[in-house]
Amino acid sequence: MSERIVRVACGQGFWGDRPEAPLEQVTRGPVDYVVMDYLAEVTMSILQKARSRDPAQGYARDFIPVLRSILPVCVESGIRVLCNAGGVNLEACRDAALETARGLGLTGRVRVGTVHGDDILARLPSLIEAGHEMRNLDTGAPLADIVDRIQSANAYIGAAPLVALLQQGATVVVAGRSTDTALTYAPVAFEFGWSPEDVDRYAAGVVAGHLIECGAQVSGGNTMVDWESVPDMANVGHPIIEARADGSFVVTKHPGTGGRISRQTVTEQLLYEIGDPRSYITPDCVADFTTIDLSEAGPDAVRISGVRGRPRTDSLKVSIAYTDGWKSTGTLVYGWPNAVAKAGAADGILRERLDRAGLELDAIRTEFVGWNATHAALTDHAAENVPEVTLRVSVRGHDRDAVAAFGMQVQAMVLSGPPGVTGFGGGRPKVQEVVAYWPALIDRTQVEPFLRLEVADA
Amino acid sequence: MSTLGRVPLIRIAYGRSGDKGDTVNIGIAARREEYFPILEQQVTAERVKSHFGAMVRGEVQRFELPNLWAINFLLHGALDGGGTVSLMLDGLGKTWAYALLRMEVEIPE
Repeated sequence: MSERIVRVACGQGFWGDRPEAPLEQVTRGPVDYVVMDYLAEVTMSILQKARSRDPAQGYARDFIPVLRSILPVCVESGIRVLCNAGGVNLEACRDAALETARGLGLTGRVRVGTVHGDDILARLPSLIEAGHEMRNLDTGAPLADIVDRIQSANAYIGAAPLVALLQQGATVVVAGRSTDTALTYAPVAFEFGWSPEDVDRYAAGVVAGHLIECGAQVSGGNTMVDWESVPDMANVGHPIIEARADGSFVVTKHPGTGGRISRQTVTEQLLYEIGDPRSYITPDCVADFTTIDLSEAGPDAVRISGVRGRPRTDSLKVSIAYTDGWKSTGTLVYGWPNAVAKAGAADGILRERLDRAGLELDAIRTEFVGWNATHAALTDHAAENVPEVTLRVSVRGHDRDAVAAFGMQVQAMVLSGPPGVTGFGGGRPKVQEVVAYWPALIDRTQVEPFLRLEVADA
Repeated sequence: MSTLGRVPLIRIAYGRSGDKGDTVNIGIAARREEYFPILEQQVTAERVKSHFGAMVRGEVQRFELPNLWAINFLLHGALDGGGTVSLMLDGLGKTWAYALLRMEVEIPE
């Protein structure tokens, strides 16, 4: 008898990922689960705003057409779906999913499970009152400093509620601020019946989740090593985890798809957005990335084994978004000759006009796109040799009118600055509200007992 | 030390970078196992800090992952506040791995 394998496929690595990928994952080879991550750090605040305008909004709406594309195959093949598309309106997302199932003639064959309680926005005042300071992990400031400007507040939740929903027979699991990685290891832990105390296996699951949570970024996308020779990127295969009961797994993709999975592509993704590699903290365990053992297991297949973990901490991370003023970016293109010199002169004139107008701004930043915008002072290319450049000036401030006035001054430069200017067809720069991010910790006993599971049939 | 010469890091290493608020993380890995000691010995936190100069206002932390022939750096105070606060074109730090790989190292004989 061959060893049992559970296959978890990544369908979407972020809100905006290739819309065909989920259907390819469930049709081009065998998989047991397809998982989709929709939430970045400030997405919740955007969703919160959408919901305040329209009570039927507040979730990742792109999930619904994706679900429509895959649901018939998933039902036929017994593939289950996990996502964090619920955002701040799980009920609306669930209802849209159920409606989709019924519209496909799948009434009675789809069970949608939702996990509620990660959204602690309404509870913040009482939590602060009770002494939970939720200090900013970067600055140390207490949350009370900005409490009147908060847009959203969500605790990152782990695998336990997702596993429980799978146990209750959910075929589509819709979470809110579930961690990206838990979407991957919850089904593996469920299938193999891992105990939450088995921290090494959970840590291995975290590594698996980290590897596929960014979609094709582990299978050829953004890979630095030999990027020019990655085959058939137009047809890139999204990654799949083949997990085994002992916690080892292989990261691979369907045969016949493009892209590449190698020691290097896997290493790049392991290093992506990590801090101390000995302490990759999740709600379920602390994974130690220095224990990862990598080996190539065939074409486009890398085996990971030996992962060790430590028990979970007493805290959960909370992701809080709050309004913090306004910003605006204006761009103008300067052509040959002396493009950078002209753009620099325009920047000087613009700044003098902003000064004369007496605008109250907190910050001004100038970048020359096409010359030094990404590597700043490390740029070693002579400015004289740049044939054309985009002058990009941005400002930030707490006075909305001042930020708007900046945009008028940028536009005025078209007729009252250096020559050879173009690229202003987009009109006056827009004013954007700044929604800042406030990372904090909260005692997990203030969140987990308030989580609530629901299962509904189509 | 006799050396085969000075080369940009990108010849012997690769990497990926990203953001956590106002902090950039840059993970770099040796292209071959025998190059890892060069990274270990020469790409110190101090050198990385001076390489980036005024681009990094805070401290630079370094963490080793010998199992991956890799080192991870955290560069604090590098993204003008980070996220949606940042006015930087690359406020997410995506191009910073390449910026670090401009650094030159000595290849021992």
